Amino acid sequence: METTMTFEYDPAPESRAIVTIKPKYGHFIAGKFVAGSKHFPTINPANEEVLSQIALAGKADVDAAVKAARKAYTNTWSKMSGKERGKYLYRIARIMQERAREFAVLETLDNGKPIRESRDTDIPLAAAHFFYHAGWADKLEYAGLGTSPKPLGVAGQIIPWNFPLLMLAWKVAPALAAGNTVVLKPAESTPLTALLFAEVCQQAELPAGVVNIVTGDGSTGALIVNHPGIDKIAFTGSTEVGKIIARAVAPTNKSVTLELGGKAANIVFDDAPIDETVEGIVNGIFFNQGHVCCAGSRLLLQENVAEEVLHKLKNRMEKIRVGDPMDKNTDVGAINSKEQLAKIIELAAVGDSEGAERWSPECKLPSKGFWFAPTIFTGVTQAHRIAREEIFGPVLSVLTFRTPAEAIEKANNTPFGLSAGIWSEKGSRTLWASQQLRAGVIWANTFNKFDPTSPFGGYKESGWGREGGRHGLAAYLKGVSHE
Amino acid sequence: MVGVARKHLDLIGGQHVPVAAVSTAFPSGRASMPVKIQDTQDAIDAGAAEIDMVIDRGAFLAGRYIDVFNEIVQIRQVCGDKAHLKVIFETGELVTYDNVRKASFLAMAAGADFIKTSTGKVAPAATPPVVLVMLEAVRDFYEMTQVRIGVKPAGGIRNTKDAIKQLVLVNETVGPDWLNPKLFRIGASALLNDLLMQRMKMDDGYYTSPQYVTMD
Repeated sequence: METTMTFEYDPAPESRAIVTIKPKYGHFIAGKFVAGSKHFPTINPANEEVLSQIALAGKADVDAAVKAARKAYTNTWSKMSGKERGKYLYRIARIMQERAREFAVLETLDNGKPIRESRDTDIPLAAAHFFYHAGWADKLEYAGLGTSPKPLGVAGQIIPWNFPLLMLAWKVAPALAAGNTVVLKPAESTPLTALLFAEVCQQAELPAGVVNIVTGDGSTGALIVNHPGIDKIAFTGSTEVGKIIARAVAPTNKSVTLELGGKAANIVFDDAPIDETVEGIVNGIFFNQGHVCCAGSRLLLQENVAEEVLHKLKNRMEKIRVGDPMDKNTDVGAINSKEQLAKIIELAAVGDSEGAERWSPECKLPSKGFWFAPTIFTGVTQAHRIAREEIFGPVLSVLTFRTPAEAIEKANNTPFGLSAGIWSEKGSRTLWASQQLRAGVIWANTFNKFDPTSPFGGYKESGWGREGGRHGLAAYLKGVSHE
Repeated sequence: MVGVARKHLDLIGGQHVPVAAVSTAFPSGRASMPVKIQDTQDAIDAGAAEIDMVIDRGAFLAGRYIDVFNEIVQIRQVCGDKAHLKVIFETGELVTYDNVRKASFLAMAAGADFIKTSTGKVAPAATPPVVLVMLEAVRDFYEMTQVRIGVKPAGGIRNTKDAIKQLVLVNETVGPDWLNPKLFRIGASALLNDLLMQRMKMDDGYYTSPQYVTMD
């Protein structure tokens, strides 16, 4: 092939000029930014650059936030008509769209996810959640939740670091639409977009105290969970912390929704469209570095196509670009924190020691920051820890099955039940499998698709309650079946 | 016309430039087999080194795959080793990706050197997803047989940016071995003008009006 060319791609970095990051941030309480006392750094996980100093909320700060939320609830927000509340939500949604690029760049800097994902997934979906719930605000009596559903009061919301702004939207938009006020704590390692959202609340002239944002670590989260002035706890995070929260609120009047871990089975039947399936497998586990509670982290392959699928999957993985999250061509960015990287490394090592076979494409990882190459383990059995525990990283465990019944049995053999995937071109098989699987979300011939109209949540240890859709409204209204 | 082209190329020192001819009742493919064979034979006799045949879409869509296959085999025999054979699918008429993949395998198994999306007379033509499906078929055929088949998207690629997207598809699906005119070509006369205009921009810094490049 004498004239064969090499085809190199140039870097295509997104500019960070659009964001202004302050050297230090306080809390957002009663419509104003108030200074914190103690601070901790938030860093860019792609290069360990310190981006800003973040306030660590203590008891006094959480008390002030809850007080502001209660005042706003009693005096303003619960009295306002749904139509008026809806106007504020629409306004917030529109401002988020107008400032989408700013949010996307900030999210990528603070989280390490590729700009392509923050720009095309996180931020548009976050705005979509506000638009969707804005529409519900004046129609709650038609949501099938009783003739005059009432808000719960003050909601304490604790969100994770994997989709910072999107998880904020999942929590804040339905709470506000239903007439609640909120005290929200973003994750310790990704507070910046929540603080930018606070500016959006000011810009939208949202009444003071309707949204309060306190930053901090697990100790701040505990103060919110145990605060007597809070009526409802909404948490997204690990099953471990979810259990602590469930114990803490059990003897109280607080209602609670938990969106926890997962170990989703992504099942490939032998009649699946293989090339599409490979794209779906890659999307299922390497999207957002695998920091996805509903990630397709257990790949179940029908044995007669296993070799072909693995061959094509490995070829496809050779093309994944890992590196600078701000580059518009990057597929997989940085692991969010040093702690998370250590956890992924530890579990992968367990995979080795338990006898699974590890494979990664050749890829050069940056020297600074937190990185883990896309990895698959083959020869995995149900007994392996990497088939049972959530790794929350770009690591795929591959198992095989011979009959559809075996696939279902293996898929359901887990304490989790958040999501599952089915790959088959036969409709009857897909419908049958989806009825057997014990998972809150089931995707057929696709994976990791999200929409504000669709309820999201888990079976078993993956959580309580649903977020999104009509079902998600039930988590923020009184007089519904779960109370 | 093949003869005219060959004669003029030879006159101006273009002996190394092969002449390609469309054939088999291009673009519709609606003629009897003897006519298609004669059409091809005439072009080769006049000096054509490449034959662009069209498949019979009517037969394909009616499920008469074996007829489509046999036609390609017969034209392949006429071409022999004198002419390179490209098989045009007219993907805009096949409509579905399943059909495009099926047609790709049919043509490759029947002896095509190249598979080509379109005649240029029907839209949509060489859309990136259609080209991806053809490249995947070529990649899978290569893994089965170790034979490299060429791919030619034609129609609808109007500017340099579109062309770069096609090159990325090739690079990431079948690999850099295919980034070679023997295995990958783009058929698009409008593209040439944009390429010229991009070159002019590199020289003088301005993206000019298309009136400064010739239409043909």
